[in-house]
Amino acid sequence: MQPIESFEVPAPPKVNYINAQYGLKSWLLTKDHKRIALLYLGSITFFFFIGGIYAMMIRLELLTPQGDLVQSATYNKVFTQHGIIMIFFFLIPSIPATLGNFLIPMMIGAKDLAFPRINLLSWYIYLAGGVITIYALLAGGVDTGWTFYTPFSTTFSNSYVVATGLGIFITGFSSILTGLNFIVTIHTMRAPGMTWFRMPLFLWSHYATSLIMILGTPVIAITVLLLAFERLSGVGIFNPALGGDPVLFQHLFWFYSHPAVYIMVLPSMGVVSELVANFSRKNIFGYSFVAFSSLAIAVFGFLVWGHHLFVASQSVYAGMIFSFLSFAVAIPSAIKVFNWTATLYKSSISYDTPMLYALGFIGLFTIGGMTGLFLASLAVDVHLSDTYFVVAHFHYIMVGGALMGYLGGLHYWWPKISGRMYPEGWGRFSALVIFVGFNLTFLPQFIAGYLGMPRRYHAYPPEFQVFNVLSTAGASILGLGMLIPSIYFVWSMRYGKHAEPNPWHLPGLEWRTQSPPPTENFEVTPIVTWEAYEFAPPEETEVVGKFGPELERI
Amino acid sequence: MIESHATTQDIHGHPALQHHFENMEQQREAGTIGMWVFLVTEIMFFGGMFLAYALYRNFFPAAFASASNHLDITLGAVNTGVLIVSSFTMALAVYFTQVGNRRPQILCLVLTLILGLTFLGIKAVEYHEKYTDRLIPGHLIPGASFGPEAHALHLLPGATLPQVEMFYWIYFAMTGMHALHMIIGAGLLTFLIVYSIKGRFDPEYHSPVEIIGLYWHFVDIVWIFLFPLLYLLGRHFEHG
Repeated sequence: MQPIESFEVPAPPKVNYINAQYGLKSWLLTKDHKRIALLYLGSITFFFFIGGIYAMMIRLELLTPQGDLVQSATYNKVFTQHGIIMIFFFLIPSIPATLGNFLIPMMIGAKDLAFPRINLLSWYIYLAGGVITIYALLAGGVDTGWTFYTPFSTTFSNSYVVATGLGIFITGFSSILTGLNFIVTIHTMRAPGMTWFRMPLFLWSHYATSLIMILGTPVIAITVLLLAFERLSGVGIFNPALGGDPVLFQHLFWFYSHPAVYIMVLPSMGVVSELVANFSRKNIFGYSFVAFSSLAIAVFGFLVWGHHLFVASQSVYAGMIFSFLSFAVAIPSAIKVFNWTATLYKSSISYDTPMLYALGFIGLFTIGGMTGLFLASLAVDVHLSDTYFVVAHFHYIMVGGALMGYLGGLHYWWPKISGRMYPEGWGRFSALVIFVGFNLTFLPQFIAGYLGMPRRYHAYPPEFQVFNVLSTAGASILGLGMLIPSIYFVWSMRYGKHAEPNPWHLPGLEWRTQSPPPTENFEVTPIVTWEAYEFAPPEETEVVGKFGPELERI
Repeated sequence: MIESHATTQDIHGHPALQHHFENMEQQREAGTIGMWVFLVTEIMFFGGMFLAYALYRNFFPAAFASASNHLDITLGAVNTGVLIVSSFTMALAVYFTQVGNRRPQILCLVLTLILGLTFLGIKAVEYHEKYTDRLIPGHLIPGASFGPEAHALHLLPGATLPQVEMFYWIYFAMTGMHALHMIIGAGLLTFLIVYSIKGRFDPEYHSPVEIIGLYWHFVDIVWIFLFPLLYLLGRHFEHG
């Protein structure tokens, strides 16, 4: 037990990982996990803005019922490319490759990830995949939907399916290598005293995420490869002319792509566990349950892919099992939500920007998860399948969940990453704007979808217009809300207040070194003698959560 | 354990010790776990194709048996033997590296490489036979699309040509992906041989040999599954 006030913080030396070396070469050939995290941060932000431009085009087109902005064929490309860019090039790498890369070695007291060169390689692989995909977009785009369903993608589509597929295939390996690196690092690189159950929950969720990355991504890789060969040579396992089954593609695709949703949201859950515990200044309620629920989500996540095929000729008995298992995966997710709530109960919450995002996450993720149960119900899904209800549901998980966690984490660790504070007032303001904008965008889509508005059409019956106007208005607010942080983060790198080593006064290992950290993270290898989220001795903990008169009596 | 950590063992660092590891043991362990995790991803990668094989074999047993009968079982069996022996020499190479016996270590690595290349050579002969019989599916090779002569292929009752083409696609996808892994393995072996000759490995630092050995054994095991599935299953339909 080490009281928080008495942390030994070495006098801040001037050398840190950012100014240790200068020049482009020192960045492009770096093996430092923190610099690689920043390289990833820059690249995924770039892709996020490309994906955002496509989102803007979608919302503008849907402002009016007529297809007046783009033609239907162009619209197909726009929503496809929005999906591909946002999922494969932003959401999948978002938290793991930036915050995970930066923080996993720091949180376990290591100097780096186990394989620094593989870490750098993964970034180059990501870039190579990104460049090929951008080439495909510029050359003419792709119109199959991000799902690439056969036989449309193999036989009928006239767009750049093979190039896009190649981009995704290559990028997949960066994800595999990241996951591999994390697993090995967490197994072998923990500092003395850092036992598995002393690890911050961020690490447990990244461990679970990495398991999905290494088990799922190879399957999508071989699937996309077979798809490309089939398109090029007319032969393949999905080709009905040879007796092949196009639905097999859907099985293989969703075997990865459903767990991929957990690749996106599990790291975010890890961030939220950190934020909730640390900004309530209280040990997390039910540490081991939160930790194991991450693993349970990873395991169950692999057994539910069939709920994407309820209306795709799948046997009704298989459908029943998949429906049941999809309900089952809600249990570990609910464990997390309840434990976060229980942690908040009677704690001393400080509403800093990261905490606003965390609270937003809990609410939005709950809505996203509950509507997922609607879709997991066999009969209801027949009505809701391929409507805007589905679109709203997965945006609540991916944007309301994954993106909120990402932004929360970025604010929370920004002082550590950049050595500067972001402007707190602007931070809170933009968190609220994003929350309002997000809900205004996607809540109306639930209703429009329930009333029967199909997804992936550029024109729609006029009675749906009111929902779409609301949605487009919300998207504009959301877009502005996103711009604010991107401006003040850049601003703060130069003009922000210098950050202390431990600006939030927290016990975690990453806060026990200077901000920004030196290249090897710690002056000496730390020895861990405390539990995660250990804030105060038990007698002091009693004080937490007591109100005025009660407190005075103590 | 905690106290001794940063004090004694890592002062005399091995030249191959990377800066972020505390000691050679940690570095070796990380490498080994890393390779095992990578092999898990490989299993999932091949798993997609094994799934397709299982599915379509179940759908079209007669066509799969007919096509399977046309594969050269002798060459397949010889190749299986070649790979098993290469796994043995690889295991010996790991052993000789661990005990620091350099000459037999290099010899075993070279033997493994030769056996691996032998496998690839025999595989090329087999592929060429399929090419001359026009059994390459689809138009993978321009100008030689699938279309075997009637005498080149004996179809069992219930089998159709498109289904046979499906078998050959799965055959080429799986053995082709396996051969690609063999080629990568041969490259890795060449690297090991060069570094062994330079004397980079010693009993304290042998993990590259060990890790690439793991990879080599994995690729062999994939073939151990491919051979019976592609060459042997269903032969009794034709040969009693």
